[in-house]
Amino acid sequence: MTSVGTSKISGQAKELKFRDPAQARALSARLAGLCDEIGRESVQVMHVCGSHEQAIARYGLRAVLPKTLDLIMGPGCPVCVTDMPEVDEAVVLAVDGALIATYGDMVRVPGTAKSLADAASEGARVEVVYSASQAVELARSCEAEVVFFATGFETTAVATAAIVLQDDLPPNFSILSAHKYVPPAMEIVARIPETRVEGFLAAGHAATITGWGLFEDFVDRYGLPVVVAGFEPLDILAGLVRLVELIRDGQAKVENMYPRCVTREGNTVAQDQMWRVFRTASGMWRGIADIPNGNLRLREEFAHLDARARFDIDTRRLRAHVPSKLTERCICGTIMSGLALPTDCELFGKECDPENPVGACMVSSEGTCKIWHQYGGHPEL
Amino acid sequence: MCLGVPGQVVEVNGLVASVDFWGVRREVRLDIVDQPVEPGDYILNHVGFAIRKIPAEEIEETLALYEELLQAAESDMMSADVHGELEATAPEGDGHD
Ligand code: SF4
Repeated sequence: MTSVGTSKISGQAKELKFRDPAQARALSARLAGLCDEIGRESVQVMHVCGSHEQAIARYGLRAVLPKTLDLIMGPGCPVCVTDMPEVDEAVVLAVDGALIATYGDMVRVPGTAKSLADAASEGARVEVVYSASQAVELARSCEAEVVFFATGFETTAVATAAIVLQDDLPPNFSILSAHKYVPPAMEIVARIPETRVEGFLAAGHAATITGWGLFEDFVDRYGLPVVVAGFEPLDILAGLVRLVELIRDGQAKVENMYPRCVTREGNTVAQDQMWRVFRTASGMWRGIADIPNGNLRLREEFAHLDARARFDIDTRRLRAHVPSKLTERCICGTIMSGLALPTDCELFGKECDPENPVGACMVSSEGTCKIWHQYGGHPEL
Repeated sequence: MCLGVPGQVVEVNGLVASVDFWGVRREVRLDIVDQPVEPGDYILNHVGFAIRKIPAEEIEETLALYEELLQAAESDMMSADVHGELEATAPEGDGHD
Protein backbone atom coordinates (compact mmCIF):
# COMPACT_ATOMS: atom_id res chain seq x y z
CA MET A 1 0.00 0.00 0.00
CA THR A 2 1.25 3.44 -0.86
CA SER A 3 0.06 6.81 0.22
CA VAL A 4 -1.32 9.52 -1.99
CA GLY A 5 -0.85 12.34 0.39
CA THR A 6 -0.83 13.22 4.02
CA SER A 7 -3.78 14.76 5.73
CA LYS A 8 -3.10 17.74 7.88
CA ILE A 9 -4.95 16.17 10.74
CA SER A 10 -2.95 15.82 13.90
CA GLY A 11 -3.40 13.10 16.48
CA GLN A 12 -3.93 9.53 15.42
CA ALA A 13 -4.99 10.22 11.85
CA LYS A 14 -3.13 8.18 9.35
CA GLU A 15 -1.50 8.77 6.08
CA LEU A 16 -4.07 8.26 3.40
CA LYS A 17 -4.00 4.66 2.40
CA PHE A 18 -5.67 3.47 -0.73
CA ARG A 19 -5.34 0.20 -2.56
CA ASP A 20 -5.16 2.18 -5.75
CA PRO A 21 -3.61 5.59 -5.15
CA ALA A 22 -3.87 6.58 -8.81
CA GLN A 23 -7.60 6.00 -8.71
CA ALA A 24 -7.91 7.97 -5.48
CA ARG A 25 -6.04 10.88 -7.04
CA ALA A 26 -8.23 10.76 -10.11
CA LEU A 27 -11.41 10.77 -8.02
CA SER A 28 -10.15 13.65 -5.93
CA ALA A 29 -9.28 15.66 -9.08
CA ARG A 30 -12.68 14.83 -10.57
CA LEU A 31 -14.40 16.18 -7.44
CA ALA A 32 -12.38 19.38 -7.62
CA GLY A 33 -13.36 19.81 -11.29
CA LEU A 34 -17.04 19.24 -10.52
CA CYS A 35 -17.06 21.75 -7.69
CA ASP A 36 -15.37 24.29 -9.98
CA GLU A 37 -18.07 23.70 -12.56
CA ILE A 38 -20.75 24.26 -9.94
CA GLY A 39 -18.86 27.39 -9.03
CA ARG A 40 -20.55 28.07 -5.72
CA GLU A 41 -18.89 28.98 -2.47
CA SER A 42 -19.98 25.76 -0.87
CA VAL A 43 -21.82 22.57 -1.68
CA GLN A 44 -22.97 20.60 1.33
CA VAL A 45 -23.65 16.89 1.33
CA MET A 46 -24.62 14.69 4.27
CA HIS A 47 -23.97 11.07 5.08
CA VAL A 48 -26.00 9.24 7.71
CA CYS A 49 -23.74 6.49 8.95
CA GLY A 50 -21.28 6.20 11.81
CA SER A 51 -19.11 3.76 9.86
CA HIS A 52 -18.87 6.25 7.00
CA GLU A 53 -17.71 8.94 9.42
CA GLN A 54 -15.17 6.54 10.92
CA ALA A 55 -13.72 5.79 7.48
CA ILE A 56 -13.78 9.46 6.44
CA ALA A 57 -11.99 10.58 9.60
CA ARG A 58 -9.67 7.58 9.81
CA TYR A 59 -8.38 7.93 6.28
CA GLY A 60 -8.38 11.73 6.42
CA LEU A 61 -10.68 11.89 3.40
CA ARG A 62 -11.77 15.46 4.04
CA ALA A 63 -8.23 16.54 3.31
CA VAL A 64 -8.52 15.39 -0.32
CA LEU A 65 -11.93 16.98 -0.89
CA PRO A 66 -12.17 20.36 -2.59
CA LYS A 67 -12.48 23.22 -0.11
CA THR A 68 -15.94 24.04 -1.38
CA LEU A 69 -17.30 20.55 -0.73
CA ASP A 70 -18.67 20.33 2.75
CA LEU A 71 -19.19 16.70 3.86
CA ILE A 72 -21.05 16.39 7.13
CA MET A 73 -22.49 13.59 9.25
CA GLY A 74 -26.20 13.60 10.03
CA PRO A 75 -28.21 11.46 12.43
CA GLY A 76 -26.26 8.28 11.68
CA CYS A 77 -25.38 7.16 15.18
CA PRO A 78 -28.13 4.99 16.67
CA VAL A 79 -26.69 5.17 20.17
CA CYS A 80 -26.60 8.96 20.00
CA VAL A 81 -30.22 9.32 18.93
CA THR A 82 -31.55 7.00 21.63
CA ASP A 83 -33.58 9.39 23.73
CA MET A 84 -33.00 9.95 27.45
CA PRO A 85 -36.45 8.58 28.44
CA GLU A 86 -35.59 5.36 26.57
CA VAL A 87 -32.37 5.05 28.59
CA ASP A 88 -34.46 5.84 31.67
CA GLU A 89 -36.72 2.87 30.93
CA ALA A 90 -33.71 0.55 30.85
CA VAL A 91 -32.28 2.12 34.02
CA VAL A 92 -35.57 1.68 35.91
CA LEU A 93 -35.84 -1.95 34.82
CA ALA A 94 -32.26 -2.54 35.96
CA VAL A 95 -32.79 -0.82 39.29
CA ASP A 96 -35.95 -2.90 39.82
CA GLY A 97 -33.94 -6.10 39.44
CA ALA A 98 -33.96 -7.11 35.78
CA LEU A 99 -30.70 -7.99 34.08
CA ILE A 100 -30.24 -5.56 31.19
CA ALA A 101 -28.34 -6.90 28.19
CA THR A 102 -27.34 -4.33 25.60
CA TYR A 103 -24.77 -3.31 23.00
CA GLY A 104 -21.58 -1.93 24.56
CA ASP A 105 -21.90 1.73 23.64
CA MET A 106 -25.33 1.97 25.29
CA VAL A 107 -23.98 1.34 28.77
CA ARG A 108 -22.44 4.76 29.27
CA VAL A 109 -25.07 6.84 27.48
CA PRO A 110 -26.58 9.26 30.00
CA GLY A 111 -30.28 9.03 30.80
CA THR A 112 -32.19 11.75 32.58
CA ALA A 113 -30.65 10.92 35.93
CA LYS A 114 -28.07 8.25 35.22
CA SER A 115 -26.62 5.83 32.72
CA LEU A 116 -26.79 2.05 32.87
CA ALA A 117 -23.15 2.15 33.99
CA ASP A 118 -24.16 4.34 36.94
CA ALA A 119 -26.95 1.92 37.79
CA ALA A 120 -24.49 -0.99 37.57
CA SER A 121 -22.07 0.73 39.93
CA GLU A 122 -24.96 0.95 42.39
CA GLY A 123 -25.56 -2.79 42.15
CA ALA A 124 -27.86 -3.23 39.16
CA ARG A 125 -27.04 -6.00 36.68
CA VAL A 126 -26.01 -4.80 33.23
CA GLU A 127 -24.28 -7.05 30.68
CA VAL A 128 -22.73 -6.08 27.37
CA VAL A 129 -23.69 -8.33 24.47
CA TYR A 130 -22.62 -8.19 20.83
CA SER A 131 -25.77 -9.77 19.47
CA ALA A 132 -29.40 -10.44 20.28
CA SER A 133 -28.59 -14.17 20.35
CA GLN A 134 -26.15 -13.60 23.21
CA ALA A 135 -28.90 -11.87 25.19
CA VAL A 136 -31.07 -14.97 24.70
CA GLU A 137 -28.19 -17.19 25.86
CA LEU A 138 -27.89 -15.06 28.99
CA ALA A 139 -31.56 -15.61 29.75
CA ARG A 140 -31.15 -19.35 29.28
CA SER A 141 -28.26 -19.41 31.71
CA CYS A 142 -29.89 -17.57 34.60
CA GLU A 143 -33.08 -17.20 36.60
CA ALA A 144 -33.36 -13.42 36.39
CA GLU A 145 -35.63 -11.57 34.00
CA VAL A 146 -33.30 -10.67 31.13
CA VAL A 147 -34.32 -7.59 29.15
CA PHE A 148 -32.52 -6.99 25.86
CA PHE A 149 -32.27 -3.21 25.44
CA ALA A 150 -32.29 -3.31 21.64
CA THR A 151 -30.86 -0.33 19.80
CA GLY A 152 -29.69 0.40 16.30
CA PHE A 153 -31.07 1.03 12.85
CA GLU A 154 -32.45 -1.42 10.29
CA THR A 155 -29.29 -3.54 10.31
CA THR A 156 -29.65 -4.54 13.96
CA ALA A 157 -33.47 -4.40 13.96
CA VAL A 158 -33.58 -7.32 11.50
CA ALA A 159 -31.41 -9.37 13.87
CA THR A 160 -33.76 -8.60 16.78
CA ALA A 161 -36.70 -9.55 14.55
CA ALA A 162 -35.14 -12.90 13.66
CA ILE A 163 -34.73 -13.63 17.39
CA VAL A 164 -38.33 -12.69 18.14
CA LEU A 165 -39.48 -15.15 15.49
CA GLN A 166 -37.57 -18.07 17.03
CA ASP A 167 -39.95 -20.41 18.75
CA ASP A 168 -37.87 -21.62 21.68
CA LEU A 169 -37.18 -18.40 23.56
CA PRO A 170 -36.78 -18.74 27.33
CA PRO A 171 -39.72 -17.37 29.38
CA ASN A 172 -37.51 -14.89 31.27
CA PHE A 173 -36.46 -13.06 28.07
CA SER A 174 -37.97 -9.83 26.82
CA ILE A 175 -37.07 -6.87 24.63
CA LEU A 176 -37.04 -3.13 25.24
CA SER A 177 -36.93 -1.79 21.70
CA ALA A 178 -35.24 1.52 21.04
CA HIS A 179 -34.64 0.60 17.39
CA LYS A 180 -34.78 3.51 14.98
CA TYR A 181 -35.80 3.69 11.33
CA VAL A 182 -33.59 6.01 9.26
CA PRO A 183 -35.64 7.21 6.24
CA PRO A 184 -38.05 9.42 8.25
CA ALA A 185 -35.07 11.10 9.95
CA MET A 186 -33.59 11.98 6.55
CA GLU A 187 -36.88 13.69 5.74
CA ILE A 188 -36.78 15.73 8.92
CA VAL A 189 -33.24 16.87 8.20
CA ALA A 190 -34.18 17.74 4.62
CA ARG A 191 -37.05 19.85 5.96
CA ILE A 192 -35.07 21.86 8.53
CA PRO A 193 -35.36 25.46 7.27
CA GLU A 194 -31.68 26.29 7.90
CA THR A 195 -30.43 23.16 6.18
CA ARG A 196 -28.07 23.53 3.25
CA VAL A 197 -27.84 19.82 2.48
CA GLU A 198 -27.99 19.25 -1.29
CA GLY A 199 -27.59 15.51 -1.39
CA PHE A 200 -27.26 12.40 0.76
CA LEU A 201 -24.72 9.60 0.84
CA ALA A 202 -26.65 6.55 2.07
CA ALA A 203 -25.06 3.79 4.13
CA GLY A 204 -24.19 0.66 2.20
CA HIS A 205 -24.98 -2.00 4.75
CA ALA A 206 -28.31 -0.53 5.87
CA ALA A 207 -29.25 -0.37 2.19
CA THR A 208 -28.18 -4.02 1.85
CA ILE A 209 -31.27 -4.72 3.94
CA THR A 210 -33.69 -2.03 2.74
CA GLY A 211 -32.63 -1.87 -0.92
CA TRP A 212 -31.87 1.38 -2.73
CA GLY A 213 -35.40 1.55 -4.07
CA LEU A 214 -36.46 2.68 -0.60
CA PHE A 215 -34.98 6.11 -1.28
CA GLU A 216 -36.96 6.76 -4.48
CA ASP A 217 -39.89 8.11 -2.56
CA PHE A 218 -37.68 10.47 -0.58
CA VAL A 219 -35.99 11.73 -3.73
CA ASP A 220 -39.37 12.41 -5.36
CA ARG A 221 -40.62 14.34 -2.38
CA TYR A 222 -37.58 16.41 -1.54
CA GLY A 223 -35.86 16.75 -4.89
CA LEU A 224 -32.49 15.79 -3.42
CA PRO A 225 -30.23 13.11 -4.90
CA VAL A 226 -29.20 10.05 -2.87
CA VAL A 227 -26.16 7.89 -3.63
CA VAL A 228 -25.59 4.56 -1.86
CA ALA A 229 -21.89 4.07 -1.08
CA GLY A 230 -19.64 1.43 0.46
CA PHE A 231 -17.09 1.88 3.22
CA GLU A 232 -13.70 1.72 1.59
CA PRO A 233 -12.06 5.10 1.07
CA LEU A 234 -12.35 4.59 -2.68
CA ASP A 235 -16.02 3.59 -2.38
CA ILE A 236 -16.73 6.79 -0.50
CA LEU A 237 -14.85 9.00 -2.96
CA ALA A 238 -16.58 7.33 -5.91
CA GLY A 239 -19.95 7.83 -4.21
CA LEU A 240 -19.17 11.51 -3.66
CA VAL A 241 -18.18 12.00 -7.29
CA ARG A 242 -21.52 10.58 -8.44
CA LEU A 243 -23.43 12.63 -5.88
CA VAL A 244 -21.75 15.91 -6.87
CA GLU A 245 -22.37 15.09 -10.55
CA LEU A 246 -26.06 14.72 -9.80
CA ILE A 247 -26.04 18.02 -7.90
CA ARG A 248 -24.30 19.76 -10.78
CA ASP A 249 -26.85 18.39 -13.22
CA GLY A 250 -29.77 19.27 -10.97
CA GLN A 251 -30.84 15.62 -11.12
CA ALA A 252 -32.79 14.25 -8.19
CA LYS A 253 -32.44 10.48 -8.36
CA VAL A 254 -31.08 7.48 -6.49
CA GLU A 255 -27.86 5.89 -7.65
CA ASN A 256 -26.33 2.71 -6.33
CA MET A 257 -22.54 2.90 -6.18
CA TYR A 258 -22.27 -0.23 -4.03
CA PRO A 259 -23.77 -2.92 -6.27
CA ARG A 260 -21.64 -5.64 -4.71
CA CYS A 261 -23.80 -5.47 -1.60
CA VAL A 262 -26.90 -3.48 -2.50
CA THR A 263 -29.76 -4.26 -4.86
CA ARG A 264 -32.90 -2.29 -5.64
CA GLU A 265 -35.17 -4.58 -3.61
CA GLY A 266 -32.68 -5.25 -0.83
CA ASN A 267 -32.94 -8.31 1.36
CA THR A 268 -36.66 -9.04 1.22
CA VAL A 269 -36.48 -11.97 3.63
CA ALA A 270 -34.99 -9.67 6.28
CA GLN A 271 -37.49 -6.90 5.51
CA ASP A 272 -40.43 -9.32 5.82
CA GLN A 273 -39.21 -10.46 9.22
CA MET A 274 -38.58 -6.90 10.36
CA TRP A 275 -42.08 -5.72 9.44
CA ARG A 276 -43.72 -8.85 10.84
CA VAL A 277 -42.16 -8.04 14.21
CA PHE A 278 -42.04 -4.24 14.28
CA ARG A 279 -44.35 -1.34 13.55
CA THR A 280 -43.22 2.26 13.29
CA ALA A 281 -44.05 4.74 16.02
CA SER A 282 -43.39 8.43 16.34
CA GLY A 283 -41.06 9.73 18.98
CA MET A 284 -38.05 11.81 19.87
CA TRP A 285 -34.64 11.27 18.41
CA ARG A 286 -32.41 12.61 21.14
CA GLY A 287 -31.69 16.28 20.67
CA ILE A 288 -33.00 16.36 17.09
CA ALA A 289 -36.77 16.29 16.81
CA ASP A 290 -39.90 14.26 17.24
CA ILE A 291 -39.61 12.02 14.20
CA PRO A 292 -42.87 10.67 12.79
CA ASN A 293 -42.51 6.91 12.28
CA GLY A 294 -38.84 7.07 13.27
CA ASN A 295 -39.03 4.41 15.98
CA LEU A 296 -39.54 0.67 15.72
CA ARG A 297 -41.76 -0.90 18.37
CA LEU A 298 -42.81 -4.53 18.79
CA ARG A 299 -46.21 -5.33 17.34
CA GLU A 300 -49.11 -6.20 19.61
CA GLU A 301 -48.90 -9.95 18.91
CA PHE A 302 -45.43 -10.00 20.48
CA ALA A 303 -46.56 -8.26 23.67
CA HIS A 304 -45.40 -11.28 25.68
CA LEU A 305 -41.84 -10.42 24.61
CA ASP A 306 -42.25 -6.66 24.96
CA ALA A 307 -40.74 -5.33 28.18
CA ARG A 308 -43.06 -2.32 27.95
CA ALA A 309 -46.09 -4.60 28.07
CA ARG A 310 -44.64 -7.04 30.58
CA PHE A 311 -43.44 -4.63 33.22
CA ASP A 312 -44.79 -1.48 34.72
CA ILE A 313 -41.93 0.87 33.82
CA ASP A 314 -42.43 4.05 35.77
CA THR A 315 -39.65 6.47 34.88
CA ARG A 316 -41.23 9.47 36.60
CA ARG A 317 -39.09 9.01 39.66
CA LEU A 318 -36.02 9.77 37.52
CA ARG A 319 -37.50 12.85 35.87
CA ALA A 320 -37.23 14.99 38.97
CA HIS A 321 -33.50 14.94 38.38
CA VAL A 322 -32.08 18.25 37.20
CA PRO A 323 -29.62 17.82 34.34
CA SER A 324 -26.14 19.09 35.02
CA LYS A 325 -25.11 22.47 33.67
CA LEU A 326 -22.64 20.75 31.36
CA THR A 327 -25.33 18.55 29.81
CA GLU A 328 -27.32 21.64 28.96
CA ARG A 329 -24.42 22.96 26.90
CA CYS A 330 -24.12 19.78 24.77
CA ILE A 331 -24.98 20.49 21.12
CA CYS A 332 -25.05 16.87 19.96
CA GLY A 333 -28.53 17.25 18.45
CA THR A 334 -27.53 20.32 16.46
CA ILE A 335 -24.48 18.43 15.16
CA MET A 336 -26.62 15.45 14.12
CA SER A 337 -29.02 17.80 12.34
CA GLY A 338 -26.09 18.97 10.24
CA LEU A 339 -26.10 22.52 11.62
CA ALA A 340 -22.88 22.44 13.68
CA LEU A 341 -19.59 20.60 13.94
CA PRO A 342 -18.12 19.01 17.07
CA THR A 343 -15.50 21.74 17.06
CA ASP A 344 -18.32 24.28 17.44
CA CYS A 345 -19.02 22.83 20.89
CA GLU A 346 -17.15 24.71 23.58
CA LEU A 347 -16.84 21.51 25.63
CA PHE A 348 -15.27 19.43 22.83
CA GLY A 349 -11.97 17.94 24.00
CA LYS A 350 -12.13 19.97 27.20
CA GLU A 351 -14.89 19.15 29.67
CA CYS A 352 -16.11 16.49 27.23
CA ASP A 353 -13.86 13.68 26.04
CA PRO A 354 -14.21 9.89 25.66
CA GLU A 355 -13.10 9.36 29.28
CA ASN A 356 -15.71 11.77 30.62
CA PRO A 357 -18.37 12.10 27.96
CA VAL A 358 -20.99 14.79 28.49
CA GLY A 359 -23.15 13.85 25.52
CA ALA A 360 -23.96 10.61 23.69
CA CYS A 361 -21.97 11.71 20.61
CA MET A 362 -18.80 11.38 22.68
CA VAL A 363 -19.78 7.95 24.04
CA SER A 364 -20.45 5.90 20.94
CA SER A 365 -17.83 4.72 18.48
CA GLU A 366 -20.29 5.96 15.87
CA GLY A 367 -20.73 9.40 17.41
CA THR A 368 -19.24 12.29 15.47
CA CYS A 369 -17.63 13.85 18.55
CA LYS A 370 -15.89 10.64 19.58
CA ILE A 371 -14.75 9.89 16.03
CA TRP A 372 -13.31 13.38 15.61
CA HIS A 373 -11.68 13.15 19.01
CA GLN A 374 -10.07 9.80 18.26
CA TYR A 375 -8.94 10.55 14.75
CA GLY A 376 -7.79 14.06 15.45
CA GLY A 377 -10.70 16.24 14.48
CA HIS A 378 -11.37 18.20 11.38
CA PRO A 379 -8.45 18.94 9.12
CA GLU A 380 -7.40 22.56 8.92
CA LEU A 381 -7.70 23.18 5.22
CA MET B 1 -23.27 -1.09 14.35
CA CYS B 2 -23.29 -0.23 10.66
CA LEU B 3 -20.37 -2.16 9.29
CA GLY B 4 -20.86 -5.84 8.50
CA VAL B 5 -17.91 -8.22 8.17
CA PRO B 6 -17.40 -10.78 5.38
CA GLY B 7 -16.43 -14.41 5.92
CA GLN B 8 -16.33 -17.68 3.99
CA VAL B 9 -18.86 -20.42 4.65
CA VAL B 10 -17.31 -23.78 5.56
CA GLU B 11 -20.36 -25.77 6.54
CA VAL B 12 -24.11 -25.32 6.65
CA ASN B 13 -26.35 -26.96 9.27
CA GLY B 14 -29.93 -25.84 8.84
CA LEU B 15 -30.09 -22.21 9.85
CA VAL B 16 -26.54 -22.06 11.18
CA ALA B 17 -23.38 -21.79 9.10
CA SER B 18 -19.86 -22.37 10.24
CA VAL B 19 -17.93 -19.46 8.77
CA ASP B 20 -14.21 -18.78 8.45
CA PHE B 21 -13.15 -15.23 9.29
CA TRP B 22 -9.46 -14.91 8.55
CA GLY B 23 -8.68 -18.31 10.07
CA VAL B 24 -11.17 -18.09 12.95
CA ARG B 25 -14.24 -20.32 12.73
CA ARG B 26 -17.47 -18.88 14.07
CA GLU B 27 -21.16 -19.71 13.77
CA VAL B 28 -23.40 -17.33 11.88
CA ARG B 29 -27.19 -17.56 11.68
CA LEU B 30 -28.83 -17.79 8.28
CA ASP B 31 -32.39 -16.78 9.26
CA ILE B 32 -32.44 -13.58 7.24
CA VAL B 33 -30.10 -14.12 4.29
CA ASP B 34 -32.16 -14.07 1.10
CA GLN B 35 -30.19 -16.47 -1.05
CA PRO B 36 -29.21 -20.12 -0.63
CA VAL B 37 -25.77 -20.33 0.99
CA GLU B 38 -23.32 -23.17 0.40
CA PRO B 39 -19.80 -24.03 1.55
CA GLY B 40 -17.35 -21.83 -0.33
CA ASP B 41 -19.71 -18.84 -0.53
CA TYR B 42 -18.86 -15.55 1.13
CA ILE B 43 -21.43 -13.90 3.38
CA LEU B 44 -21.61 -10.53 5.08
CA ASN B 45 -22.06 -11.03 8.83
CA HIS B 46 -23.80 -8.37 10.88
CA VAL B 47 -24.40 -8.85 14.62
CA GLY B 48 -24.30 -12.61 14.21
CA PHE B 49 -26.56 -12.90 11.16
CA ALA B 50 -25.66 -13.27 7.50
CA ILE B 51 -27.37 -10.33 5.77
CA ARG B 52 -26.03 -10.89 2.25
CA LYS B 53 -24.30 -13.45 0.06
CA ILE B 54 -21.45 -11.56 -1.61
CA PRO B 55 -21.17 -12.22 -5.36
CA ALA B 56 -18.05 -14.31 -6.12
CA GLU B 57 -16.52 -11.72 -8.46
CA GLU B 58 -16.66 -9.04 -5.78
CA ILE B 59 -14.96 -10.82 -2.95
CA GLU B 60 -11.42 -9.62 -3.35
CA GLU B 61 -12.46 -6.00 -3.41
CA THR B 62 -14.66 -6.48 -0.38
CA LEU B 63 -12.00 -8.15 1.74
CA ALA B 64 -9.25 -5.56 1.26
CA LEU B 65 -10.66 -2.96 3.65
CA TYR B 66 -11.04 -5.50 6.44
CA GLU B 67 -7.57 -6.91 6.05
CA GLU B 68 -6.16 -3.47 6.63
CA LEU B 69 -8.49 -2.84 9.57
CA LEU B 70 -7.74 -6.14 11.26
CA GLN B 71 -4.04 -5.37 11.17
CA ALA B 72 -4.56 -2.00 12.80
CA ALA B 73 -3.76 -1.30 16.44
CA GLU B 74 -6.30 -2.56 18.94
CA SER B 75 -6.99 0.97 20.09
CA ASP B 76 -8.20 1.90 16.62
CA MET B 77 -11.92 2.46 16.89
CA MET B 78 -12.94 1.21 13.46
CA SER B 79 -10.84 -1.90 13.94
CA ALA B 80 -12.45 -2.44 17.35
CA ASP B 81 -15.90 -2.28 15.73
CA VAL B 82 -14.86 -4.94 13.22
CA HIS B 83 -13.58 -7.15 16.06
CA GLY B 84 -16.90 -6.52 17.83
CA GLU B 85 -18.73 -7.89 14.79
CA LEU B 86 -16.73 -11.10 15.13
CA GLU B 87 -17.56 -11.27 18.85
CA ALA B 88 -21.21 -11.19 17.81
CA THR B 89 -20.89 -14.61 16.17
CA ALA B 90 -21.01 -17.73 18.31
CA PRO B 91 -17.90 -19.83 18.87
CA GLU B 92 -18.32 -23.19 17.18
CA GLY B 93 -20.50 -25.72 18.95
CA ASP B 94 -22.46 -23.09 20.85
CA GLY B 95 -25.36 -23.00 18.45
CA HIS B 96 -28.81 -24.06 19.49
CA ASP B 97 -29.92 -25.78 16.32
S1 SF4 C 1 -18.34 17.50 22.48
FE1 SF4 C 1 -19.53 16.51 24.10
S2 SF4 C 1 -20.80 18.12 24.95
FE2 SF4 C 1 -20.06 18.85 22.95
S3 SF4 C 1 -21.64 18.24 21.49
FE3 SF4 C 1 -20.14 16.61 21.52
S4 SF4 C 1 -20.94 15.16 23.03
FE4 SF4 C 1 -22.03 17.11 23.38
